[in-house]
Amino acid sequence: MDRLLFGDNQFFGVNHMSEEKARAQMMRFQKTDAIMDVLDTAYDEGIRTFMCTTHDRIAEICDRVRADSARYSDFQFYPCMPYAHKYANAVTEHGMLGALKTFMPDDGLFSTALSGARALATKEIDGMAKVLIDMEMKMFHGTKTPVIFVQNVFADLLLGMGFTRALKVFHDHVVEKYGAEPAFITMNMPMMLEALEKEGIERPIICSNINKIGFRMSGGFDAYLDALKSGRVRAVAMSVYASGAIPADEAIHWISELPGVESIVFGASSAANIRGTKALVDKYMVKDAA
Amino acid sequence: MPDKVRIAVIGLGKMGLSHFSMVNAHPETETCACDGSGFLVDVLSKNIDTPIHKDYDAMLASEDLDAVVIATPSKFHAPMVTAALEKGLHVFCEKPFCLDWADSERLTKLAADKGLVAQVGYHYRYVGAFQEMKRVLASGALGQITHVLAEAYGPVVLRPKRATWRTDQTQGGGCLYDYAAHPLNLLNWYFGTPDRVSGSVLGKIFSEATDDEVFSTLQWNGGPTAQLSVNWSDESHRKMTTRLSMIGTNGRIFADRQECQIYLREPVAALPGYDRGWTVKYTTELTEDRWFYLRGEEYSAQLDDFITAVKAGKAVADENGFASATETDRTMAMVIENAETGQPVGQARARAPQPAQKRGWFGRRSA
Repeated sequence: MDRLLFGDNQFFGVNHMSEEKARAQMMRFQKTDAIMDVLDTAYDEGIRTFMCTTHDRIAEICDRVRADSARYSDFQFYPCMPYAHKYANAVTEHGMLGALKTFMPDDGLFSTALSGARALATKEIDGMAKVLIDMEMKMFHGTKTPVIFVQNVFADLLLGMGFTRALKVFHDHVVEKYGAEPAFITMNMPMMLEALEKEGIERPIICSNINKIGFRMSGGFDAYLDALKSGRVRAVAMSVYASGAIPADEAIHWISELPGVESIVFGASSAANIRGTKALVDKYMVKDAA
Repeated sequence: MPDKVRIAVIGLGKMGLSHFSMVNAHPETETCACDGSGFLVDVLSKNIDTPIHKDYDAMLASEDLDAVVIATPSKFHAPMVTAALEKGLHVFCEKPFCLDWADSERLTKLAADKGLVAQVGYHYRYVGAFQEMKRVLASGALGQITHVLAEAYGPVVLRPKRATWRTDQTQGGGCLYDYAAHPLNLLNWYFGTPDRVSGSVLGKIFSEATDDEVFSTLQWNGGPTAQLSVNWSDESHRKMTTRLSMIGTNGRIFADRQECQIYLREPVAALPGYDRGWTVKYTTELTEDRWFYLRGEEYSAQLDDFITAVKAGKAVADENGFASATETDRTMAMVIENAETGQPVGQARARAPQPAQKRGWFGRRSA
């Protein structure tokens, strides 16, 4: 993985500090050109990985990247799935079983299973999970997706329920079908690490909040540091600035001295902020990596 | 009280699944669940260790429980909460509490008589910015609050769609019960039950059997007047947004899930750290992590408080007790009555009630 990954929250109106700012960002990035301009700035600075939700609009970004393979020869996506709103809305409208039916292909493969007439076999449930993963991956065909993440709300929902076998199904399918590295976003990194190990997943890639002030590091700051020091996790740090609470230099410097952090993911909309973060990562992290 | 709180989550819909996940991950619980959907029970039973029941009464009879979390469609709240309390179980119930506020009052009394922790899931009271609003109001720093605007918007019903319990008012669906309940509950928290409700409109946009938008004017004797403006057919919001604005004689305050902005005309000793002019506090800095994060600290925090209160052997909820949720049920009943009759509900001033003015001066109603 690259040291620095570019995130997508800023493009879709996700802002942990202000709804007003979130709306202003939504307005600004309404047109795909505006998103592409920012991605181009990042790419030209040498940030070649875009870690993004499987939001409908990402399909347009994929189209642009495919259309100019010379310009974007090193551009790669780290998809994060699922795009939860789509499923949440379907469940509200159709119920759990009905929602699943709307997402399964019409070829009848699962129509009997989903008729509700009998209990589903585990194999059938796994098969449907794989179909859902493939659907989310469709927009990325013909692009590079070397690492594929499962989103935190979904991953943590499964984690809390103890339904971690589903994460193993995801893991195996990503390896077998896409030859990619499976990865996990969570707000509960120490608990997630333990659960993944129990599923037989060794040294997983886990993306979670890691910042100097312990902002949204659920499970406790010390437990995070212990997990990082143990060498059992390949960590991707997000919220390194804790939504702006930590000065940039101090934040990156602190992260750079942590063991186990392979990458930082950050979102920015201005060239100045992109260049600023890139310069800090180069200063504190890249030399060590060599 | 045993080492762990034995707790059942009933109803594994959208809220129920996330409650189940959070409760199950809590270090102080031993969890089971119950849902009527054969499909979900089937899938979960095959994949997780936690027992999943299909029948509520059978579960109550067979499981040795301390507490239940009720997240079923609203019309089931009253009978299910009754059954749990009568068994001596502590109860966390999703909002809205009961569709008939007489049930809410009865269950408030039953829980109090039995000394049980009885809480309702109005999670906005656990959002740092709204808690800060509470603290600022209590300090009196804004002077006399006269002017309040309570809003909620979001994208729930965006086109005519298949009816579910959520789109049927008789089952507890609709914009009033689902959305407006939240800003109303916050108003109850800050000012109590309104003394007079007027100007209420429950408007349909896409739904056939329920309201998609809500307007109302709420007045408190010796207190403010609040305008309520709620719409769940607004696609411009990514998800539900709730916000409150207030103007007082010494300034203005605004809060939503993210931040609390205060403007003070003059600094006040009772509110240290706030200068003249604007001060902004962010939920991120006002909030502490709990044991597990799924979809926002407030959801974790309300369950943590419930579980901790049960574990500590308390006889009453720390926040969002049944009595407070009853105020909200009563307020919603006032809004419905006002919208249906066109007559103001409650009395604005302590004076002899005047006979209700019959409508139809212009012959619209043949009385």
